[in-house]
Amino acid sequence: MPKTLARKASGYVKKKDLNREPVWEGAGPLLTHLDIELTERCDNDCVHCCVNLPENDARAKKRELSSEQWQGILRQAADLGALSVRFTGGEPLLRDDFKELYLHARRLGLKVLLFTNARNITADLAALFVRIPPLERIEVTVYGMSSRSYEAVSRKPGSYKEFRNGVDLLLQNRIPFVVKGALLPANKNESAEFESWAATIPWMDKPPSYSMAFDLRGRRDSSRKNRLINSLRATSEEVLCTLNRRRGAYRKEMMQFCRKFIGPPGEKLFNCGAGHGGCVDAYGFLQPCLSLRAPKLSYDLKKVTLRDALARVFPKLKAISATDPAYLKRCARCFLKGLCEQCPAKSWSEHGTLDTPVEYLCLVAHGQALDLGLLAEGEKGWEVSDWRDRINRME
Amino acid sequence: MNLAVKINSNAVYGPSEDVVAREIEGEIIIVPLVAGIGDAEEDLFSLNETGRAFWRLLDGKRTLEAIFAELRKQYAAPKGGIEKDILGLAAELLKRRIIRETK
Repeated sequence: MPKTLARKASGYVKKKDLNREPVWEGAGPLLTHLDIELTERCDNDCVHCCVNLPENDARAKKRELSSEQWQGILRQAADLGALSVRFTGGEPLLRDDFKELYLHARRLGLKVLLFTNARNITADLAALFVRIPPLERIEVTVYGMSSRSYEAVSRKPGSYKEFRNGVDLLLQNRIPFVVKGALLPANKNESAEFESWAATIPWMDKPPSYSMAFDLRGRRDSSRKNRLINSLRATSEEVLCTLNRRRGAYRKEMMQFCRKFIGPPGEKLFNCGAGHGGCVDAYGFLQPCLSLRAPKLSYDLKKVTLRDALARVFPKLKAISATDPAYLKRCARCFLKGLCEQCPAKSWSEHGTLDTPVEYLCLVAHGQALDLGLLAEGEKGWEVSDWRDRINRME
Repeated sequence: MNLAVKINSNAVYGPSEDVVAREIEGEIIIVPLVAGIGDAEEDLFSLNETGRAFWRLLDGKRTLEAIFAELRKQYAAPKGGIEKDILGLAAELLKRRIIRETK
């Protein structure tokens, strides 16, 4: 019996916006997106950075994957069904072969999401993005609205001018991009100016996001840098102040978020998307996510294939349970999970374990919950049994 | 975008070099390579069942007539139905620069 050739009312060809609708009705392919950290080196030396190594770090550069190795990983990702990759770092544009890798990814039919400080956007690179667009809005992090504030963060003289030149090239060439901020002592009085400027960027369809609860060093490589990062983290009050700048919209968004996403996570540690995609670090190790660099959860793609790592190893993450008594007593039972950013990656960078509670995150989440009316003064999220009622009462 | 396209059933069409077509888990996903294929910067395209059947036969060697004949062997359709559908599909793909005339 011949099959019937059906024509759908919507037409033969359908546009797909992956951000809004799934491509596959069922489970889909093994991999849909892969994060790729092309280098840990950066031409900025940001005070709060959990990744960066010096731009000219010869040892790091020597360890980085070669062009051919990256091309092989991109090919594997495409073969597994990935539709997009994120090129991040460090500063990914520091790679001498960036254009080559970008073109390779695009010719494989991958969309490319680029995270950059924009300092190395040249006329030549802009022309490439015009001719072969990344198909994702480039994301540019902004560290200040003047050379004084920007360079107090980046610690690189001349970096502000280069950033502005890069952004100007994107604007002049109408290359879609968005900006995001890092809220730091040097720039926190510039938020209004930053947001006004951001609103003039044609592709900004909402106010910029900020990072402010900075992660400690993912490699656990410098207690000195960690002390500095720790000192720069926004206090619970500062976080609330920032979130409440558009109070009505924030509360509405949080009500929807809490109804959908928060609740006690139980003993299993990986309730997130870790293991569905993953991140390849600059040296070819597949990690569960960009932030989780625990060696025992990293797989050397120079020795195993991406398919093997994803199909055989990562599913085991789902079985890992917490053993830390404090986690089991508190985090596993705390309904603020979701609001709280506690996760194995944060525990790793903070304590070198997967399940030790991070007090800073606990403090911030409890402050937020108090502000939202989910907790009373002095209450702890793990002590509350009527949390569903409290969420339903949110206004 | 060129809205007026003319489809010739004796012509040979093939995938355009301006797109990358990928078959993933039974879906054909068309990813623009150059600017101006989609209406927005992030647009990808997928094909319905008719589109998938057509795409798999679109080798840059067969004429549309030959593709009609192949599809008639594979599918039940009212007389002229396949031709009408494929001409409509080809016009849409050509308009979007997803296919091009090769001969």
